[in-house]
Amino acid sequence: MPRTARTRSNGNSRAVAAGFLLPALLLLGALVVYPIGYSVQRSLFDRSGSSFVGLDNYLALVTDDSLRTAVRNNLIWLVLAPAVATALGLLFAVLTERIRWGTAFKLVVFMPMAISMLAAGIIFRLVYEQDPDRGVANAVWVGVHDTFAEASGFPRARPLPVHPLTAAGGGAYVTKEVVRAGEPVRLPLVGVAPGRMPEEARPAREPAAPSAAGDTVTGTAWLDFTKGGGGKPNVVDPAELGLAGLRIEAVRDGEVVARATAAADGSFTLPADRVDGAVLRLPASNFREQYDGVEWLGPSLVTPAVIGAYVWMWAGFAMVLIGAGLAAVPRELLEAARVDGANEWQVFRRITVPLLAPVLVVVLVTLMINVLKVFDLVFVIAPGSAQDDANVLALQLYRSSFGTDADLGVGSAIAVVLLLLVLPVMAVNIRRIRRETRR
Amino acid sequence: MTAPAPRTSPTPKTARPASPPSPPSPTSPTSPVSPVSRIAARAAGGAVRVLLVLAGLFWLLPTAGLLFSSFRSPSDIAGSGWWEVFAAPAQLTTENYTRLLSNGTITGSLLSTVLITVPATLLVLLLGSFAGYAFAWLEFPGRDWWFLGVVALLVVPVQVALVPVSKLFGAVGLFETTLGVVLFHTAFGLPFAIFLLRNFFAEIPRELLEAARLDGAGEVRLFTRVVLPLGGPAIASLGIFQFLWVWNDMLIALIFADSQSPPITVALQQQVRQFGNNVDVLAPGAFLSMVVPLAVFFAFQRQFASGVMAGAVK
Repeated sequence: MPRTARTRSNGNSRAVAAGFLLPALLLLGALVVYPIGYSVQRSLFDRSGSSFVGLDNYLALVTDDSLRTAVRNNLIWLVLAPAVATALGLLFAVLTERIRWGTAFKLVVFMPMAISMLAAGIIFRLVYEQDPDRGVANAVWVGVHDTFAEASGFPRARPLPVHPLTAAGGGAYVTKEVVRAGEPVRLPLVGVAPGRMPEEARPAREPAAPSAAGDTVTGTAWLDFTKGGGGKPNVVDPAELGLAGLRIEAVRDGEVVARATAAADGSFTLPADRVDGAVLRLPASNFREQYDGVEWLGPSLVTPAVIGAYVWMWAGFAMVLIGAGLAAVPRELLEAARVDGANEWQVFRRITVPLLAPVLVVVLVTLMINVLKVFDLVFVIAPGSAQDDANVLALQLYRSSFGTDADLGVGSAIAVVLLLLVLPVMAVNIRRIRRETRR
Repeated sequence: MTAPAPRTSPTPKTARPASPPSPPSPTSPTSPVSPVSRIAARAAGGAVRVLLVLAGLFWLLPTAGLLFSSFRSPSDIAGSGWWEVFAAPAQLTTENYTRLLSNGTITGSLLSTVLITVPATLLVLLLGSFAGYAFAWLEFPGRDWWFLGVVALLVVPVQVALVPVSKLFGAVGLFETTLGVVLFHTAFGLPFAIFLLRNFFAEIPRELLEAARLDGAGEVRLFTRVVLPLGGPAIASLGIFQFLWVWNDMLIALIFADSQSPPITVALQQQVRQFGNNVDVLAPGAFLSMVVPLAVFFAFQRQFASGVMAGAVK
């Protein structure tokens, strides 16, 4: 009965189908299909579009320097970004499974997916600010760095020629004469701006006479400079400050035999029996420039830095997809393995990951397609001066097509390359759908 | 690559049966867990928690930095890091926001964003469900081939169309118009919309449609009364996905939107060029641009997640 009804209205139903489909197909034809043909054709012509150049625009991708940077960076992106995001997603999905607040954690990691790449770009411009007092990345980095490498107190401090100190190479200074028990040591330096002296520094005193027992060598390390003039070199004048915290080593035959640190008034004490006949050295660590952190958005680190922002955005995507796959893994299998004595790592490595392999592939491929087209993040995060170093294909396409020095031939060639790179995925999609519709 | 993207199962297993809490308790009496391995398991559980807390902080800090910065005065921003607010909460101020909202540029660009996003979302839902229905239930010659053609377009990068469509729009007067942006977004949203909705509509039981046909319902009536209501969940999650996609877009707007009234992403992007001394504009502006997507995200997490999952390999 329904069959006859349908055949009767066959001509009519074709018209209905056309009515339902036409708006969508017209838009797709004009704005998606036609542009593919246009780009392919345009990519074979030169800048002006009037003369045929064959594959020259494609060759430029490997011969032209700035284009080659874009290709190379895209490869770095393609290798790094999907792999790191997927690995983190897998890690988070597995680890949150048994944690009560796992859902909250997932929400936090997934959230960046909802915001624009522009907003993420601004967020990471703030994170990557060079000044450790403003950018959180460098604040943390400098903090960690200074915990391991002691902060230096006196960059650019140095002795004058009249001083009893001389350069020892590598940024260190040594005394010209050896130390004798019973003779106080003077360690004067200049070249520290008064504002950069340590807060705890106090006016220095003439080195005290050695103790009666004669078992110590005493000395004073001070800034031999009186503000406003009037100070005498090599003399501890009243207003001159002690080099509080200056590190001093006694060296004999190339070996450090004793160490001391100058007190707030610059005084220090060394055991006489060990340092008698040694020279005193001010190690280079006293004079290192203040560590200013990493130049995240400089030429060499800008691409990894932007990839970091990308991973921040997309790890949540991997986590959610893998989490859904994980929910489908039969629990009994995991429990059985545990009962058989497998530890968690073995369960993860031998059972969970193989079962998740199809999902992992889908995630990786999706991210790779996505990474191929990355534009906004690079455009926003890389400062103008670093955009050449951070260049990627999609950014170069934008510059070639709409920049001041536009070359639509090259722009179209890049577009076609991007399309060619996703063709395998297109083929897989089609195969899959054909199998499904035939069923 | 043969496995389809995973979907959320129709009945989510919320309560996992017999899944023991963190330190695995002995599951069978024949394999008693030694005290040593129990301590090891507990230590590992602790390490996992620490790791996750650190990772969570890592994910929160960047956004927190933007949020706190947006509530600090320009001089505070220039002088110190946003984490100083924990030491001096008094420096928090809303003056950046009042200044931004009283200046028409940002509010105008938010309006432009709405004027682009809402039509582009509705149009994709409308045209996508028309076509999805036709591919699922109407008979016409070459139906499966047409559908394969649409599937092929799923992965076409928008970059391919930037130059040709800007020429095309220039020729018909749509370049730098809101309608042009809307049409571009619609066209590139359609393949996924058609693909998703066709698959969803195809699951509607045939009897339901036949019964309505026997009752004398025409195709249009069938579509509005049966297919659309049943397709609700898929349409909702597609709508959320498309909405966020268009709201967050910068590239297409950068090229096709009216430069006199650009959407918020483009308006902010123009400010980024002088990054450094305008954080007091950029931070609150970026946060304003995020408010709507975040609200949508938190309100419709489930639909968003399933939309994202269905969109894998787009």
